[in-house]
Amino acid sequence: MDIQLLRQLQPYLWSLPRKSGEERAEVLLYGTEPLLVSMDDKVLEQAANVASLPGLVGASMTMPDAHWGYGFPIGGVAAFDAEQGGVISAGGVGFDISCGIRCLRSNLDLNDAVPYFPKLANILFRVIPAGVGEEGEIKLNPEQLDQVMHNGAHWAVQHGYGNAADLEYIEEHGRVTGAVPDNVSELAKKRQRGEMGTLGSGNHYLEIQVVDRIFDTAAALAFGLHEGQILISIHCGSRGLGHQIGTDYLLLLAKAASRTGIRLPDRELACAPIKSPEGQQYIGAMNAAINCALANRQILTHLTRTAFTDIYPQAELETLFDVSHNTCKAETHEIDGKPRLLHVHRKGATRAFAPGHPTLPERYRAVGQPVVIGGSMGTGSYILAGASGNPAFASASHGAGRAMSRHQALARWKGRALVDQLAQQGILIRTRSMRGVAEEAPGAYKDVDLVAEATEQAGLARRVAFLKPKVCVKG
Amino acid sequence: MLAQSPPYFEHDADIGIIGRGATIEQAFEAAAQAVFGIVTQLDTVQPKTAVTMEFEEADFELALVTWLNLLLGKARELGMVFSRFHVQHRDNHWRAEVLGEKWHPGLERGVEVKGATLTMLSVKQAGTMWEARCIVDV
Repeated sequence: MDIQLLRQLQPYLWSLPRKSGEERAEVLLYGTEPLLVSMDDKVLEQAANVASLPGLVGASMTMPDAHWGYGFPIGGVAAFDAEQGGVISAGGVGFDISCGIRCLRSNLDLNDAVPYFPKLANILFRVIPAGVGEEGEIKLNPEQLDQVMHNGAHWAVQHGYGNAADLEYIEEHGRVTGAVPDNVSELAKKRQRGEMGTLGSGNHYLEIQVVDRIFDTAAALAFGLHEGQILISIHCGSRGLGHQIGTDYLLLLAKAASRTGIRLPDRELACAPIKSPEGQQYIGAMNAAINCALANRQILTHLTRTAFTDIYPQAELETLFDVSHNTCKAETHEIDGKPRLLHVHRKGATRAFAPGHPTLPERYRAVGQPVVIGGSMGTGSYILAGASGNPAFASASHGAGRAMSRHQALARWKGRALVDQLAQQGILIRTRSMRGVAEEAPGAYKDVDLVAEATEQAGLARRVAFLKPKVCVKG
Repeated sequence: MLAQSPPYFEHDADIGIIGRGATIEQAFEAAAQAVFGIVTQLDTVQPKTAVTMEFEEADFELALVTWLNLLLGKARELGMVFSRFHVQHRDNHWRAEVLGEKWHPGLERGVEVKGATLTMLSVKQAGTMWEARCIVDV
């Protein structure tokens, strides 16, 4: 990114000045100069495109891990007011609706667990369906799938996948309201038939991690974290159902935009006024996909527990938190001293409610919402806590963010060699796709330490703990 | 007919695909090969089962996205991977026969393609060749 195009407002905040005659809202970018320089210029173009959409409140924003996406930039945040003609955009949510991370804390420490990692890795690889073309054991009939779309993780718990305590630590307590399964196409439902309890592929993973460093003792205590502790992170989304909803509504909303006179600088921004029939229809379908994703991660949590108790009968895996990073959610935010109901799009960005937020579990309310920045399989991940005074509609980074394309990564690394190299570093990889491993090489990502530090310095969230990977089942 | 190494273009997080051919139908077939070349190694997929699909679309660019997404949806619904594509087009009506097989352990597991996007989407004729391109989400 050409940094000369930006104006630095604060040490970790930049803006993109409007060109003469350009009619759009403000564009704000959070991050350091090195992080911004490493981004493609397309991030600016896409963030500016978002800023031209009707009903945007405040600014079109990017998080420190932003990179070039489709429609919205990845790491993009934008809030719209329905009362001011604000829109809902399928391109602002993406195909993998409610992709997110479930983080589990264990009662195991590294020294006790490490001798059994090879066996555990093999069992996890066997019980967790991962990779393209892999199906799960659970086959739902149409009525059951409707129940999943209505009830999210509650459906999974009611059917023996996990326990009621998990629900307390999932966004919206495991179920969003407003899901309308009738707004979901038959093809979307058919695509999901064999995909409940599956990880998917690409950047999805299940990772066993160890708490390597604590930054914030009080928050770590509230989150139940200590150095040397084993955690598990599960990164995946709404699988085929969400992908097909994204597909179906992309064209429907593109046509709705044309019908309602919305000028789209990129057709992938396909959107409709929130109050329009098409906008409401998409929201109903998107919420169904969010519930599907929450159920999916709940089932994977259960499968992970069964694998752990095979090896460690004393293992207890509790849900630390489950947070999505591809969503649009109706939230109340204070604007100019007054509460306003906004539709906040976060595409590759994590919700990060501040301490005291009334929807947070009692246990976390004093320290803020857990936020997970997932890193690459070779570097590490961070757990943060939502910060008071977050200036980005309670949003924060979601990952390290790619630094190079998949083809550049394929040209530079070989999957087998990477797996061997990581094994020498004490990180066990299990995968069905060596090509996928090469595309996801740690070197293909930004420095997660810089992203986490910038996230904290920008006032988006506070670092609580750094996690090192030990076992990774790659999708 | 299998294409020689399907072409791609660079994108940070996802993948840009390009299909070229002497006709728009051939360009669409080549674009489909580029998509499924991300999913697996195409020359190992046996054309055991044929699936037909049809749709209506007047806009060539929207037709490309509709075609690719229909393929991806059908492949996932049927648990298949496709390797051969035959497209016919008359007025606004598009019809295709595609061949492939069910997933099995002998097939390379590449990367799942979630959908074809409208970003950097173009279908155009340049000289005697047609070119169809877009970003696909992986």
